[in-house]
Amino acid sequence: MPEFELLFPLGITHYLIGGLFIGFAVSFLFATTGLVGGMSTFFTSTWSFVSRWEFFNREAFVASRNWRIAYAVGLAVGALIWMLTVGEAFVTTISWWQLTLGGFVAGFGARLSNGCTSGHGICGIASFQLPSLLAVLIFLGTAMITAQLMQKLGGLS
Amino acid sequence: MRVAFFGSVLIAGALFGFGLSYSSMIKPEVVLSFLRFGDFGLLWVLGSASLTTMLTYQFLPRLMRKPLFDKSFREHAASLDRNTLVGAAIFGIGWGISGVCPGPALAGLGAGNWPMLFSLAGIFAGAYVQGRMMKA
Repeated sequence: MPEFELLFPLGITHYLIGGLFIGFAVSFLFATTGLVGGMSTFFTSTWSFVSRWEFFNREAFVASRNWRIAYAVGLAVGALIWMLTVGEAFVTTISWWQLTLGGFVAGFGARLSNGCTSGHGICGIASFQLPSLLAVLIFLGTAMITAQLMQKLGGLS
Repeated sequence: MRVAFFGSVLIAGALFGFGLSYSSMIKPEVVLSFLRFGDFGLLWVLGSASLTTMLTYQFLPRLMRKPLFDKSFREHAASLDRNTLVGAAIFGIGWGISGVCPGPALAGLGAGNWPMLFSLAGIFAGAYVQGRMMKA
């Protein structure tokens, strides 16, 4: 199937297996703690440790800020285990200003939307949330437009 | 109970980070290639992760009355309002600029991808500005 290879030039096995690991991770979190875990809230709830601003000190953020840190640390640990076993170290060549600017805009948007690729994308779709499904379609759309515009304008990798 | 709770969160995070790495989603280059229609593999990651999670969310509460280390199962509650949709559009623009979203930024650090510190600083700053714009 040449069309298939055109769409997935690197094959699909690693994508499929990696996705199953992610699904199993979210399932494991749910089975043991009952938590529904996206990633982006961590970047708001952690501010409650250092800021007195009332919004950051809402009950929902203060009550969840500790386990969200454990979840975030776990992510890095999992990637470390991958690197030491089947994977290898990796350093991106994307420029620092793209990473910083992209991070800022994505961080602002994800928090305004109350979800990112994991919260709306995986947890939201999995629990049949219409708002999350719409959010996913919208951010896939704007991300594709932005990435292709960036390439046309500057040829940035 | 608390040790089991936090230990479970840590293990779940590690499985998540392993999966993000194995699927190469910690490489912004791969994500950008998807967004530029070079390789649609990301859809398999999203699909298999969502389907697995869907089965768990649907059937686990029928098999277990409560999670192992806490009192009740939570629910993901997204509201259909302007912020959710406008925020999603803005998030997508940021994602398209760098190919980095919150999960891979955190996981990438563990695989030696130190420039993710720029992404993390950006995400923290963006979340801060968003929070300061919100009335308590």
